[in-house]
Amino acid sequence: MTTTSTDHRIAPDAAGSGGLRLDGVTLTLGDGDSAVTALDHVGLGVAPGEFVAVVGPSGSGKSSLLAVAGGLQQPTSGTVHIAGTELTALSDKERTAARRRHIGFVFQQSNLLASLTVREQLLLPLHIDGRLGAAARTRADELIEAVGLTHRAGSRPHQLSGGERQRVGLARALMTSPAVLLVDEPTSALDRVRSAEAVQLIAEQTHERGTATIMVTHDTAIMDAADRVHEMVDGRLS
Amino acid sequence: MFLALRDLRFARGRFALMGAVVALIAVLGVLLSGLASGLADAGISGLRALPVTHMAFDEKATSEQFSRSTVEQGDWQAWSKAPGVERAEPFGNTLTNAQVTRGAKKGEQVNLAVFGMAPDSSLAPSPSRGTGLEEGSAGIVITREIADLGVEVGDVLTADKSEVRLKVVGLVDETVSYGHIGVAYADLDTWRHLHYGLPGDLPEAARRQATAVALTLEPGADVAVVEKATATRADTKETTFGASPGYTAESSTMALIKGFLYAISALVVGAFFTVWTVQRKAEIALLKALGAPTGYILRDALAQVVAVLVGATAVGTAVGLALGSVMIGKAPFSLSAPAIATSSGLLIGLGTVGAVVAVRRITAVDPLTALGATR
Repeated sequence: MTTTSTDHRIAPDAAGSGGLRLDGVTLTLGDGDSAVTALDHVGLGVAPGEFVAVVGPSGSGKSSLLAVAGGLQQPTSGTVHIAGTELTALSDKERTAARRRHIGFVFQQSNLLASLTVREQLLLPLHIDGRLGAAARTRADELIEAVGLTHRAGSRPHQLSGGERQRVGLARALMTSPAVLLVDEPTSALDRVRSAEAVQLIAEQTHERGTATIMVTHDTAIMDAADRVHEMVDGRLS
Repeated sequence: MFLALRDLRFARGRFALMGAVVALIAVLGVLLSGLASGLADAGISGLRALPVTHMAFDEKATSEQFSRSTVEQGDWQAWSKAPGVERAEPFGNTLTNAQVTRGAKKGEQVNLAVFGMAPDSSLAPSPSRGTGLEEGSAGIVITREIADLGVEVGDVLTADKSEVRLKVVGLVDETVSYGHIGVAYADLDTWRHLHYGLPGDLPEAARRQATAVALTLEPGADVAVVEKATATRADTKETTFGASPGYTAESSTMALIKGFLYAISALVVGAFFTVWTVQRKAEIALLKALGAPTGYILRDALAQVVAVLVGATAVGTAVGLALGSVMIGKAPFSLSAPAIATSSGLLIGLGTVGAVVAVRRITAVDPLTALGATR
C-alpha cells in the first residue's frame, strides 16, 4: 500500500483549517528481528463534523492509530495534521499542549478520576490549561446536560453505571472544544443497548460540535452510526 | 491543588493513618526536645547564666575540667593584665552535701553545686529575695531547685566533712543547676572550705586557689601568650558545657534518638507516597494523556505532601505541647520555642525529601498506557 493509493480516504476539507489528516504514517515498534510494524503507510482524512469508525481485531494497530493521531506517540515516518498544524513536527512539550487544547480523548472504560465528581471531571482539563473560570463552569453544566447527567453532576465514578461513566468521559473530552475527538473502544464495558446509545451520542455530538472523530472498535454492531467505516488489518487501513 | 485536595478528601482514611504516624512522631519530637532542653537546663544552666565568654582551666585538665582543674592567684592576675581581656575573675566549682540544721526542714539532706566567687565580682548573683554574698560571712545564695526542697532564706545548712555552717542569705528564684544539682553561690573562702573539706583556718596555699579563671574576652582576642605563661587553656563557655557531668552523653543520646526519629519519619512518608504514587499510575497516565504537563502533576502531588505533613505536624506539636506542659516540674523538662520549631521544621523538611524521592516516579509514567485495556 502506498500513500497515493490512500488519497480517496482524505476528506476534501480535512487538509485545511480543521479536521485531522494522516499521511503515510508508519509506526514500527521494537527493533531488529523483533520489530513489529503497527501502522503501515496509513493515510486517513477526517473532516470537521465527520464520524469515522475504524474496526479490526485486537492487535491490528487500532490503538496505535489513536496514539499517533492523538500525539501520544511519534510515528516512525509520515505526518499528522490537526486543525492545520503539523502535530508530528512539534516538540514533546508542544504536543502535550496540543493534546490539551485540540484533542479530546474518550478512553476505554471511560477512565475517570476516582476522587472527582462528574462536574469536576469536566473542569479538570480546563484547570490543567489554566482556564478554569465562570465560562468553564457554564460549559461544564451545558455538556453535562447534553449527555443527560444533570441529576448526576455531584456523583463520583463509583456511584455511576458503566454507561453513565462513558457519557462523562465523552463530555470531558468535549470540554476544550477539541478539533479532533479520538474514541477508544467506547463500548467494551457496555451491553448492547447501552452501546448503541453511547455511540449514537458520540455521533450526535460530532455532528453538532463539528469535531473530526475517529472511533476504534472491534464491535461491528455499533458501526451503523458512523459516517464512514474503515477496516484495519495488520497495520493497514482499507 | 485541584486534584490533590480532592484525593485527600476521597482517600481520607489512608491519609489519616499516615498523618497519624507523622503526628505521633511530632508528639515524640516535642517531648524529646522538651526533655533535651530540660536535661540541658539541669546540666548546664548554672554555667550558661554566668556573664562570661570563656573559662581558663589548668592546661593539664583536658576533661571534667571543673573537678580536675586548679588555678592560682598569679594566673587570674596575669589574665586580667593580658591584652584583649576585659575581665578575669577566679571561679570555684565543687559538688557537696549538706544537712539542714536550722529551719523548717531540719535534718533534710541537700545536694549543692557550689559556685565560688568574689562577692564584688561580675559572677556574683543578684538574689530576688534576701541579700547578696558577703566576704567571709559563710553566707550562701541558693537557687530554685534547692528552695523547692523546702530550704528558705534564713535557714542554716551544715556541710558534710568540713562541718562548715552555711547561712542561707538569699534566693535566686530561677532554675540554676549544674550536673543536675541546684547551684548555691558562695564567696571564695567559703567555697574553699567546702572544696577541700577543711574547717577552721585555711592553709595559705589554699587561699590562693580556684577552679578556673572566668573570662570576658574581647571578640577575636589572641590569648596564646598568656595561656602559655600561665599554663592554662581558655575554652569558650559553650565548650565548658561538655565538662559538666553527664552533659555530653545526655545531649548526644537525645540527638541520636531524634535523628533516628526523623529518619524513620522520612522513610514512612517516603514509603507511603511511593505506594500511593504506584497506585495512582493509571490516573497519572490519564492526566498526561489529557495534556497535563509533568510539572503540573508534580506540583499537585507535592502540594498534597506538604499539606499532609504540615497538618499532621501541627496537630502532633499541639498535642506534644499539651502533654509537655503537664510534665514541667515533674521531670527535667522545659519547652523552648526555637527547639520545637527546629524539631517541627525538620520533620516537615525531611518528610518532604522522602516524598519527593517517591513522587519523582511520576515523571516516568507513560501517557500511552491510558489507551487500551492494559489496566
